[in-house]
Amino acid sequence: MWIYEKKLEYPVKVRRPNPGLAKNIITQYGGPDGELAASLRYLTQRYTMPTSQAKGVLTDIGTEELAHMEIVAALVYNLIKDAPLSQIKAAGLDGYYADHDRAVYFVNAEGVPWTAAYIQSKGDPIADLHENMAAEEKARATYEWLINLSDDPDVTDVLRFLREREVVHFQRFGETLNIVHEYLDRKRTF
Amino acid sequence: MNPEQKRLLRIIQALEFTAIDLTLYLDTHPADERALAEYNEVSRRLQEAMMDYQRRYGALKSYGHSPPQTRWTWIDEPWPWEVSD
Repeated sequence: MWIYEKKLEYPVKVRRPNPGLAKNIITQYGGPDGELAASLRYLTQRYTMPTSQAKGVLTDIGTEELAHMEIVAALVYNLIKDAPLSQIKAAGLDGYYADHDRAVYFVNAEGVPWTAAYIQSKGDPIADLHENMAAEEKARATYEWLINLSDDPDVTDVLRFLREREVVHFQRFGETLNIVHEYLDRKRTF
Repeated sequence: MNPEQKRLLRIIQALEFTAIDLTLYLDTHPADERALAEYNEVSRRLQEAMMDYQRRYGALKSYGHSPPQTRWTWIDEPWPWEVSD
């Protein structure tokens, strides 16, 4: 069960349309290292986690990633909603416009739609937790490249918040990996 | 959204962010009593701030998690992604 809260986890401020920036940021919505992939990966892996801490971490980080997906959607929506067609064309978003108008859809920066093949749920908690640590680092790197590309300080501020959360999640998954290793070692000993 | 409403919402966002971060920390450090005390304190302040906000400006949560209302405030605008600033 989930309860929706009618607010963003972190405030989003967008003063002017910027479809070029939206085209890049959308990869954190529906790209390989984006927030949809993150939330669905963790929420589906939790069923086969062997310890209660690991189930808790995957549930809670998976839930926070849903909130991040909403933040990225808010950025993309506001960056394109009032953009004139001339700007959309100049930004190379005309192909996206042909399929989606100014709606928010799950694609990467090049328009490739999201696929479940981006994520894994292996049934092996060590493999899954390693995947999650790598996923957090890849998402952190993506946010860094997006910060490099951003020409809007208000958007950059939000991207920095999201980048910092990847760092914290990586830390928590590393601790979870140690907890699961200890659990599996104990199980082998007794 | 008027300035006072926005100010209260920012307080709620800050308190809830602290609660989120402490939740993740406590998942892997459940025996840390200081973190638990901080979590309890921030949860108390968050509940208070949420109740205060919702009594004045309407529901922030659905499915029975907001205080009693005299009209259906859940669908009041703006929605969270409808941000102008």
